Amino acid sequence: MTTLPTHTEKKLGLVIDLDTCVGCHACVVSCKGWNTENYGAPLSDQNPYGADPSGTFLNRVHSYEVTPDEGAAMTVHFPKSCLHCEDAPCVTVCPTGASYKRVEDGIVLVNESDCIGCGLCAWACPYGAREMDQAEGVMKKCTLCVDRIYNENLPEIDRQPACVRTCPSGARHFGDLGDATSDVSKLVAERGGMDLMPELGTKPVNKYLPPRPKDEQIDILAPFLDPVAAEPTGFLGWLDKTLERIG
Amino acid sequence: MHPAPSIIFFTVFSGLGFGLLTFLGFGKPDYSGFTAFIFFLIAYVFAVGGLVASTFHLGNPQRALKAFTQWRTSWLSREGCLAVAALTVMGFYAIGVVFLDTRWTLLGLLGAALSLATVFGTSMIYTQITTVPRWNHWTTPVLFIGYALTGGAFLAGQTSIAAPMLLALGVLQCVVWMVGDKLFATSGSTIETATGLGAMGKVRMFEAPHSSKNYLMKEMVHVIGRKHARKLRIIGVLCLSLLPYLLLVIPPFHHLLSLFALLLHIGGALTLRWLFFAEAEHTVGLYYGQR
Repeated sequence: MTTLPTHTEKKLGLVIDLDTCVGCHACVVSCKGWNTENYGAPLSDQNPYGADPSGTFLNRVHSYEVTPDEGAAMTVHFPKSCLHCEDAPCVTVCPTGASYKRVEDGIVLVNESDCIGCGLCAWACPYGAREMDQAEGVMKKCTLCVDRIYNENLPEIDRQPACVRTCPSGARHFGDLGDATSDVSKLVAERGGMDLMPELGTKPVNKYLPPRPKDEQIDILAPFLDPVAAEPTGFLGWLDKTLERIG
Repeated sequence: MHPAPSIIFFTVFSGLGFGLLTFLGFGKPDYSGFTAFIFFLIAYVFAVGGLVASTFHLGNPQRALKAFTQWRTSWLSREGCLAVAALTVMGFYAIGVVFLDTRWTLLGLLGAALSLATVFGTSMIYTQITTVPRWNHWTTPVLFIGYALTGGAFLAGQTSIAAPMLLALGVLQCVVWMVGDKLFATSGSTIETATGLGAMGKVRMFEAPHSSKNYLMKEMVHVIGRKHARKLRIIGVLCLSLLPYLLLVIPPFHHLLSLFALLLHIGGALTLRWLFFAEAEHTVGLYYGQR
């Protein structure tokens, strides 16, 4: 059913820390690896070794340059995947009922055997979170690794989305954002977690933690490295003055 | 947005077909028998042909029947249901007109209403997309219905109605551009709101997530056609509106001349529908530093 649930029991989602993400793309690779081998159609590549390779990915890492009014610019690595919105516009536009939002945990999924591959849900998503698989002709999207997080065949430590499990810098966190006492909710409250394009009213579940301000003083030893004598004296002083006069 | 030929063909020809069915439902032209049969045949070929064309871009068209199930929320589903209802009602109405020389007026009016509702449904598929501010505006349904009714009047041979409508459609199209050109800016979405980094400073795309294009960029960040948008707009409006109007009004009426005017009109409609997609900018382009 493409009617959105009025209430979900949980709001499972990701919290992505833009301060700690180093842009290594490990989450992209692990996501593609897990999701091409498990739930649903594999994530195909087209012309992967040719001049113009492309393929289906459920998670991609962009990099942005942010220039403040004053001071130096900084680079922000920006992983982007489905935000499992509360008011998911991708779900309601689906003509076949293939797209749905689960009542029990809020995950937005695609039932691939009902998907006709019309692509309208990808148009409806502001974030570019849905990609049509060019080999299978069905819509692919982040499942929040629904086949990992409840999978009792896996050790408990692995019952997290592949991207979270693999992140070497601890920039990705998984949990119930509907529960104010959960670790992810506390993290969001503490660090001012934000929504992407809030003006579109999609109410994303996933939150992004803004980069922390850079330290003013880079090195505590720096003051000790200041030049001892600002003005040259002796022979160098005479040379400096003479050359100054000639020039 | 990527201007897929199947979608352009679908929206233009199903619009023309349902526009003609609307006029036929109102009893214009008031023919029966074989002449009426030809009019209904043209309407059905256009409407059904357009609907069939729309399935060409599907990844899995064999499951297309499932698209009739989600009419509660989905405009695409509603459009499909309305199209089937309109074609069925008008089919019964056509039997009366063609074979029994009887005009079931009420059935015709119902069929006309359903035909117009189908065009409205088609337009709402695009209007509902909040991520494309140019489409997400009340002018989109007005424009689609304007195209369908003008083309329908033309196909129905209602020259006296079609001529002023052709001019009005040209004006309407220009007004829609004047409004539409500002909509992305007024929607408030920028690369800063897309990344949430606006509070820190000006945001610029530094590095793309991948070295070549992906589905999202091919489908939603179509920038190729915009280079010639101005020229295409002028050529399009001339063909859609002004030239067919002059051909209908100035010279003595001739069937061949009005056929030529009709072909110009359809050519203009196809060009401008191509622009409708090619000029539409999607918010996902912001993540790629493009629009």
